Amino acid sequence: MNGPHDLGGQMGFGLVAPETDEPYFHAEWEKRALGLTLSCGAFGAWTIDESRHARENIPPADYLAASYYEIWTRALEVLLERHGFATREEVDAGVMQIEPAVPKRVLKADMVAGVLAKGGPCDRSIGTEPFFKPGDRVRTRNFNPETHTRLPRYARAKSGIVEAVQGSFVFPDDNAHSKGESPQWVYTVVFDATEIWGEGADPTLTVSIDAWESYLERV
Amino acid sequence: MHDHDHHDHDHHHDNRYSDMQARVKALEMVLTEKGLIDPAAIDAIVETYETKIGPRNGAHVVAKAWTDPDFADWLKRDATAAIASLGYAGRQGEHMRAVFNTPETHNLVVCTLCSCYPWAVLGLPPVWYKAPAYRSRAVIDPRGILAEFGLQLADTKKIRVWDSTAELRYLVIPEQPADSDGLTEEALAALVSRDAMIGTAIVELSR
Repeated sequence: MNGPHDLGGQMGFGLVAPETDEPYFHAEWEKRALGLTLSCGAFGAWTIDESRHARENIPPADYLAASYYEIWTRALEVLLERHGFATREEVDAGVMQIEPAVPKRVLKADMVAGVLAKGGPCDRSIGTEPFFKPGDRVRTRNFNPETHTRLPRYARAKSGIVEAVQGSFVFPDDNAHSKGESPQWVYTVVFDATEIWGEGADPTLTVSIDAWESYLERV
Repeated sequence: MHDHDHHDHDHHHDNRYSDMQARVKALEMVLTEKGLIDPAAIDAIVETYETKIGPRNGAHVVAKAWTDPDFADWLKRDATAAIASLGYAGRQGEHMRAVFNTPETHNLVVCTLCSCYPWAVLGLPPVWYKAPAYRSRAVIDPRGILAEFGLQLADTKKIRVWDSTAELRYLVIPEQPADSDGLTEEALAALVSRDAMIGTAIVELSR
């Protein structure tokens, strides 16, 4: 979707503001928001792609005004309600009103180290050979789905070169919407800045994305 | 009625922070009551990212690459396995790629679509990495961004920006500073900042 999250090339956000000796957290609630997001992810009820889509569905004015842990928390509330774990009314009140859905697992303290060490690999074997090879010239497709995609707007309908075949991975455009993992080959595609930004682009700049095979057409 | 809070510390986002404090607390309470979460697990997650998983992991990888050519080769071919051999793997480090700065090319990593970041080697991302100013401009005006970090690259230096749009996570291997060949791996690791591994800094002998 063309949501507020798709920020590449937008203007007007001002200077980057690095902090000296930045703390890991700027408030106690940020710690809890991190832990809640990871703990609820362990339910196994939604995928990382569905959670990304929940974040980009936050209304643009709210998204752009929020800190990242607030974005996570707002999206988490949506996911909890959608999957039957907690209603908005319950979260507003902080009190249980309905029996929740049954999660695949509840993350306990003694499971944390193992779960973080394992992560969630999303490479998947597929039976086909990669359609493209390094050096191929390709063009990204031009589409504007209302659903989840990982092809940023600035990189649509642009010509670039396949630099590497990175493996086959879960396809987020399907997986975010419970349509299955539909794994595809993923390629690193590199573009000259002049192809993306045109007049006035930095001639020393190249930008790459990692693109699923169905994002690409042979030129 | 009174503005006594006026004198409290770090309250420049007072309203939002106090609202989120209540919101997140209510969420934790109701999920705990339902038996869906274990507050001690949250403590354990926070403790892990405050004390165990951070940029020192990545600095170790960089220093090892500088001092061990075989490791550097491995890192180029299969970064996930090479990094795992040092004990760094798992969440948001499942599919690693290492990109090497050279005299010709400087690398910079961004996630324009969200906040993808190599947690296993750099820990949690800084606020600026997740904020619109960096995510919007890194792909169109990286030199402007680098200048805001105090880094002026030669006009002839090529810049390569890696937008983390899939599940590959990128670690920049900075150039080793001149005259640092005699230093131990530990001393070299101490020179490597988090920002140098994102690409918003370089590594210098006297920081």
